[in-house]
Amino acid sequence: MLVRPKPGILDPQGEAVGSSLRQLGFAVDAARVGRVVDLELRDGDRAEARTELERMCEQLLANPLIESYEIELAERA
Amino acid sequence: MSAAEPRPRLAVVTFPGSNDDRDAAHALGLLGAEAIPVWHADPELPEVGAVVLPGGFSYGDYLRPGALARFAPIMAAVRSFAAAGGLVLGICNGFQILCEAGLLPGVLRPNRSLRFVCRDAALTVERSDTAFTSRCTPGQRLTIPVKHAEGCFFANDELLAALERHGRVLLRYSGESPNGSVADIAGVLNREGNVLGLMPHPEHAVDPLGGSADGALILGSLVDAVRERAPVRAGALRRAPTGIGAARRAGDARPAPREGARGPATGA
Repeated sequence: MLVRPKPGILDPQGEAVGSSLRQLGFAVDAARVGRVVDLELRDGDRAEARTELERMCEQLLANPLIESYEIELAERA
Repeated sequence: MSAAEPRPRLAVVTFPGSNDDRDAAHALGLLGAEAIPVWHADPELPEVGAVVLPGGFSYGDYLRPGALARFAPIMAAVRSFAAAGGLVLGICNGFQILCEAGLLPGVLRPNRSLRFVCRDAALTVERSDTAFTSRCTPGQRLTIPVKHAEGCFFANDELLAALERHGRVLLRYSGESPNGSVADIAGVLNREGNVLGLMPHPEHAVDPLGGSADGALILGSLVDAVRERAPVRAGALRRAPTGIGAARRAGDARPAPREGARGPATGA
């Protein structure tokens, strides 16, 4: 799951990271900092897993007031 | 108050990582109250007239400050207590916990400066007709210290307008904002007015020796309110639908729908 500040929400951490990258000489217009949560799930139906992951994001992993999330499902290697 | 009169009883909850619980209990004691320490793993509250969630770093501030404390067994009891009209005061981390638990609107975000701020803050009291500010006057300036890294209150435009319209902004920073909160908000009430969260620490400002005794106006108002009210009986809480047995079911750890959160966060 990728959890990050919603567009329009001030992200001071992203601003500080962007500013530091510019100090290193990189041409960075803007930076946003989010969080990746990797989960291992028991084998099962993909659609069900996606629904469960959405509930996890809504109830705990993201704060819907300020954060959006994206879900990526991958098979275990 | 005569010596025979029982002291108003308030619970102070200790979570793993709370560190202002003893200061809060000490301050309440100075103000004539009896502070009852309550452990996060306790399934029930004792018979008290108010609950204080103190400052600190519960659960290491993992994920987001306050996000994990709402799963503590005592929080189901606090939720029932608040629903029954009991007075709840969340200070700093306690404020963050109440927001994450859905008992208060909005969210506390990292300070705009990204720095931990520890200093006296000038505040304005917006209303005095609440259980938390009866010893104050509207517009009164208070000096109470703040010490936090995540005290930037955020509410979207719609929620903010509703808070302002219903007089739920109780305290504002006056002068330089320590954290960049929207509308300089330092403390907000729930819809019913029995739950207050604030970032400043009134328990650190109860003795002029410490620089200011203005915190005693907030805590003293709360103690007055408890003295005037009948205690919310623990027995009533056991019968409430969100009792402990219910809380152990996974679904109940879910917060009440957050005010101002519109639809799923995906793609918003």
